[in-house]
Amino acid sequence: MTLLRLILERLLTTLITLFGVAVIVFVVIRVVPGNPIAMMLPPGATDADIDRLKALYGLDKSIAQQFLIWFGNVLHGDFGTSITTRQPVLSLVLDRLPATLELSVMALVIAVVIGVTLAILGTRLRGHRAEAGIDVANGIGLSVPDFLWGLALILLFGVIWPVFQISGRVSPRLELPFTSQFYLFESILRLRFDLTADLLSHMFMPALALALPLAAIISQLLKQSLKETVNLDYSVLARTKGYSETRVILSEALPNSILPTLTLVGVQFTFLIGGTIIVERLFSYEGLGNMAIDAVVNRDLPLIQGIVILFAILFTFVNLTVDMTYAVLNPKLRHA
Amino acid sequence: MSGFLEIRGLSARLAGTGQRLLRAVDISLPAGSVRGLVGESGAGKSMIGKAVLGVLPKAVEIVEGEILLDGQDLLKVPPAERRRLIGAKAALIPQDPLTALNPSRRIGPQITDRLVDILGWEKARAASRALEVLAEVSIPEPERVMRLYPHELSGGMRQRILIASAFAAEPKLIVADEPTTALDVTVQKQILKLISALQARHGTALLFVTHDLGVVSKVCDTLSVLYAGKVVEDTTVERFFAAPQHPYSRALLAATPRHTDPAASLQPVPQAVIDAAMAEIAAADAAWSAHG
Ligand SMILES: Nc1ncnc2c1ncn2[C@@H]1O[C@H](COP(=O)(O)OP(=O)(O)OP(=O)(O)O)[C@@H](O)[C@H]1O
Ligand SMILES: [Mg+2]
Repeated sequence: MTLLRLILERLLTTLITLFGVAVIVFVVIRVVPGNPIAMMLPPGATDADIDRLKALYGLDKSIAQQFLIWFGNVLHGDFGTSITTRQPVLSLVLDRLPATLELSVMALVIAVVIGVTLAILGTRLRGHRAEAGIDVANGIGLSVPDFLWGLALILLFGVIWPVFQISGRVSPRLELPFTSQFYLFESILRLRFDLTADLLSHMFMPALALALPLAAIISQLLKQSLKETVNLDYSVLARTKGYSETRVILSEALPNSILPTLTLVGVQFTFLIGGTIIVERLFSYEGLGNMAIDAVVNRDLPLIQGIVILFAILFTFVNLTVDMTYAVLNPKLRHA
Repeated sequence: MSGFLEIRGLSARLAGTGQRLLRAVDISLPAGSVRGLVGESGAGKSMIGKAVLGVLPKAVEIVEGEILLDGQDLLKVPPAERRRLIGAKAALIPQDPLTALNPSRRIGPQITDRLVDILGWEKARAASRALEVLAEVSIPEPERVMRLYPHELSGGMRQRILIASAFAAEPKLIVADEPTTALDVTVQKQILKLISALQARHGTALLFVTHDLGVVSKVCDTLSVLYAGKVVEDTTVERFFAAPQHPYSRALLAATPRHTDPAASLQPVPQAVIDAAMAEIAAADAAWSAHG
């Protein structure tokens, strides 16, 4: 019951948040300098030409009027037409979303695997010199941003020792049998592991670049929590029962340390999704982020709005998922 | 006579500062008997219990001595073997039932885990043994309780469960570290009776850490009085209450509340007694340093 209430409450706040985001984005991209019309017309176009185009895209009206029109259309599922490609924003955006989702989830998985492993190792080896090594690694992970990791990885695995693909989502020469944009997912379902391998080879480096800062955060936080938990009474009691240190960490401490870490990972995951914008660009990965930069460069206002709204929906969805997982995993809430 | 638990000349200190925590402690505990460990806060009572169970804090190092459990020196066997030995032959009844059960694990596995993972019992046998001991500590509906999480139970219930868990593997030695101080006064007596009854029925040796001499008189056969990590008196309970030998013991006894004469109770330990005890300890330390 509480879970249902939680979901309803969050849906309501989500709608309010999204409306706020829509208003802010709408206003901001219209007051910053830069004129989409000027970019569409060849040099030497007359003022009359400009006014005609402006009227065509509704840019001659006041911002408030423009917003009301746009919002009314959005309520009918119409996010407008991209100025540069002249295609519906909604289908453009939804076409690119799967690529970004696959990349983000892959990055999350890598971050969790690396972060949790390092946290457990660091706790097991606490007091040894290896723990200091792990702390240093965490420190580096935390202080280098994702796009710099991207550059470093391109240098390392793309140029010096070229084992991974550094550009695009999939090799262009391949025939793709896919019916959806979830290439990776679909390649596995269709048992086309040759394609899976190619997709992974493209995805690995951008995903790793996105994952490393998050891995460092997970590792640091989880380790801190584990180190406290392994000294609590129930962990000591488990040791008197004959359990090894590793077993105490895994079965006594970890289940209790995961929960506090989880909430934070949720917040950080939304940052990771934000990071896809630059990292996708860096690796020419055809996702939402890459499209967002094109849209901004071209002042494609309807497209920018569509992308921002979609990112906002994504963020709130992630947060909702985290809250629900927390509620399901926490025995105290489960029985409330 | 050699006991099930024999601590001989056990000395321990803090690794960083070198501060002495235990000073040549000798404790002998025959199978099936109960020894009280008393002394003021910080005297090292819990330290001894932790040393026996192999869970000393990392900062504490054992300088010398022997801890013989069933004839085997725990300090001489390799760590993995020592853990198994302790898990099989000894158990702890902890002080605070609210923090000694893992909040994210169900009660059942927290009782059966030692039986299955350390002692290699079949799961079914471990489960029926758990039900048996839960019934023995008067837990109603043990099948249901096994499926609950700790937060769904009261403090008194949780302590009963921890007691059941301690007795589940039929250990020959149980260390109880102030097992009632965290409980309601009304529950304390029941828990004390329960531990005493189970100890007698199972013939378990019990090392009972407390600073309540009233409890000692009810539960224990023998008694070690600890002061600043040193055993200043090792005696039987009758002799202790009839004629305490060490001045610190006498002061301790005098400071204990007595229902018959409330006015005379709760006297602080006189400074002269403390000075004398400290001088004794300083002399012992000097001798220790000289030979070490
Ligand atoms: N983790 C630790 N690290 C360093 N010193 C410690 C640690 N735990 C306890 N000590 C010190 O060891 C000494 C003995 O502590 P111990 O817990 O055995 O006392 P106690 O007799 O059980 O007292 P109490 O009645 O308060 O439980 C104290 O001086 C204490 O400060
Ligand atoms: Mg203590």
